[in-house]
Amino acid sequence: MSQILVFAEQRDGQLKSYALEAISEGRRLADKAGAQLSVCLIGSGIADLSTAVAGYGADTVYLADDGGLTPYSPATYAKLLADALTATSATVVLLSSSSMGRELSALLAAKSDASLLSDVVETNWDGDHLVVKRPVYAGKAFLRVAAKRAPVVVTLRPNVFNAAEQSGSGTVEHMAVSVDQSVIVTDTSLISSSRPELTEASIIVSGGRGMGGSENYKIIEELADTLGAAVGASRASVDAGWRSHADQVGQTGKTVSPNLYIACGISGAIQHLAGMNSSKCIVAINSDPEAPIFKVADYGIVADLFDVVPALNDAAKELLA
Amino acid sequence: MKIVVCVKQVPDTETKVVIGSDGKSIDSADVKYVMNPYDEYAVEEALKLKEAAGDGEVIVLSLGGEEVQPAMRTAMAMGVDSGVLLKVENAALADGLSIAKALAEEIKTMEPDLVLAGKIAIDGYGHQVASMLGELLDMPVLPTAKSLEMADGKATIKREIEGGTETVTANTPCIITAEKGLNEPRYPALKGIMQAKRKPLEIKDVALNDEGVEVLEMSLPPKKPDGRIVGEGPEAAAELIKLLRDEAQVI
Ligand SMILES: Cc1cc2nc3c(=O)[nH]c(=O)nc-3n(C[C@H](O)[C@H](O)[C@H](O)COP(=O)(O)OP(=O)(O)OC[C@H]3O[C@@H](n4cnc5c(N)ncnc54)[C@H](O)[C@@H]3O)c2cc1C
Ligand SMILES: Nc1ncnc2c1ncn2[C@@H]1O[C@H](COP(=O)(O)O)[C@@H](O)[C@H]1O
Repeated sequence: MSQILVFAEQRDGQLKSYALEAISEGRRLADKAGAQLSVCLIGSGIADLSTAVAGYGADTVYLADDGGLTPYSPATYAKLLADALTATSATVVLLSSSSMGRELSALLAAKSDASLLSDVVETNWDGDHLVVKRPVYAGKAFLRVAAKRAPVVVTLRPNVFNAAEQSGSGTVEHMAVSVDQSVIVTDTSLISSSRPELTEASIIVSGGRGMGGSENYKIIEELADTLGAAVGASRASVDAGWRSHADQVGQTGKTVSPNLYIACGISGAIQHLAGMNSSKCIVAINSDPEAPIFKVADYGIVADLFDVVPALNDAAKELLA
Repeated sequence: MKIVVCVKQVPDTETKVVIGSDGKSIDSADVKYVMNPYDEYAVEEALKLKEAAGDGEVIVLSLGGEEVQPAMRTAMAMGVDSGVLLKVENAALADGLSIAKALAEEIKTMEPDLVLAGKIAIDGYGHQVASMLGELLDMPVLPTAKSLEMADGKATIKREIEGGTETVTANTPCIITAEKGLNEPRYPALKGIMQAKRKPLEIKDVALNDEGVEVLEMSLPPKKPDGRIVGEGPEAAAELIKLLRDEAQVI
């Protein structure tokens, strides 16, 4: 029977939201093809995640749980994934277009002589062939691409596919681990933040040059906290030193597709749109009625953001209380 | 020190996409082509390493049609010593693995101490060729570097990961991909531009075969209906929040 293999990304024992999306999409593809779904989980002290993964429809969980697997080592993880691919003879491997997923997918594809289709927003079968849709030229066009050979490796854009709980047997296969020392992570420093991460967030409040200075982001942060949102920025505000590059949305920053993207004092340059134009709902707050951001916005307010953003916060607090 | 920099020529980010007559690629008629922005960081870093070492050789390697030579000449104008073009037809959106295989064959013969590339090519958004090179050449890959230090036969980079930063080390030769912030690429000076014209650029015919993927169709994103201006002052805020909850159902 044919097989689909999904890599379920976790950090610090927490499954990423996009990992659940990938498993669900794997389940959907498997059901359509009458295939089995295997999920590969790699890390240390993560055995209990097998149950969570089964809860999203995994038939088999390939579990590599070993102290040597923290910190993350691309070469070791890619080797384990290649082992899981060999064990399952999967024809399709799904990962997420996160930094880890992008890196592992390329290593795995080269190891397995497989083609890689990245940042995919739609998957389907055409007979035995997988056909996907993916953005190119910064989202200014889409390609429909068919995989001609198996296996094929695919990374899915976070926040595009639905995660759906359902039952799976979740038989666990334990994998043998040998740690590759060719690339060593010597230090990981995670910025502790109460806010969700940009790529995972379902709401993002972003500020641009119109913010006028780093101290003014306080109003953006307050609105973000009321909405449970992440905070983003345009390149102009990153280059001005008001926000860290980690917050930058756009062609040379992060690609995001939240349910709601609120752009405050952002003009809507093509390179900014590249990073956020697949958001499901876009709100623009800008004092210039001619700003291009209004062309992609679902809702807009033409006014000074220093008046509007605090008013939005008050209104949201009241309505969501 | 011998450094190979992989450079791709891509449409400028301002390009308006018009779909070509084949329905599978862009119409390149009015497109302005530039060096992939991330590859500029890679070129700059290679030049800085050579300057710091006091000697060495930097080679630009591109795969594409004859028309990609301007990007290679730009790299030379910045200071790269020579170039090799692996000539193929229509490689813009070709299968990343077949591109990586062709580049890897060539790099093998060059025996570099270091290979630099961009983190992503902004035309196809493949995000794969450089990492694939690592596997194919059996070299470690240090992706998306925001800083690089070389010492005692080791390369150490810092990079962003979701929610933080990471420091990663590997022995050389290795492959490093450049992220924005690694450096500020220099502008070619007039003297550099003049010199670049005389620098050696070797053209080799190659074929991309056995591509594992096939482009079926290119399409433009669906047109969005015009958005609604909810108001022109802070008094519109309450209305907007209501619309987001009740109509768009996103909060
Ligand atoms: C190769 C390349 C890559 C790039 N990558 C990116 C990228 O990844 N991300 C990115 O964002 N950009 C990127 N850019 C830069 C991009 O072209 C724009 O310069 C940038 O997005 C502008 O940022 P901004 O909208 O904040 O600033 P501006 O364009 O200056 O816009 C500021 C807006 O704020 C409004 N405003 C001002 N004051 C107020 C106020 N009080 N109330 C309400 N509105 C106000 C103004 O009307 C204006 O529309 C890239 C450029 C290049 C060439
Ligand atoms: N045709 C090519 N010629 C030379 N280098 C390339 C080519 N395609 C990709 N690369 C290199 O690989 C990096 C990543 O490209 P990609 O995997 O296509 O996103 C680019 O930034 C280049 O450094």
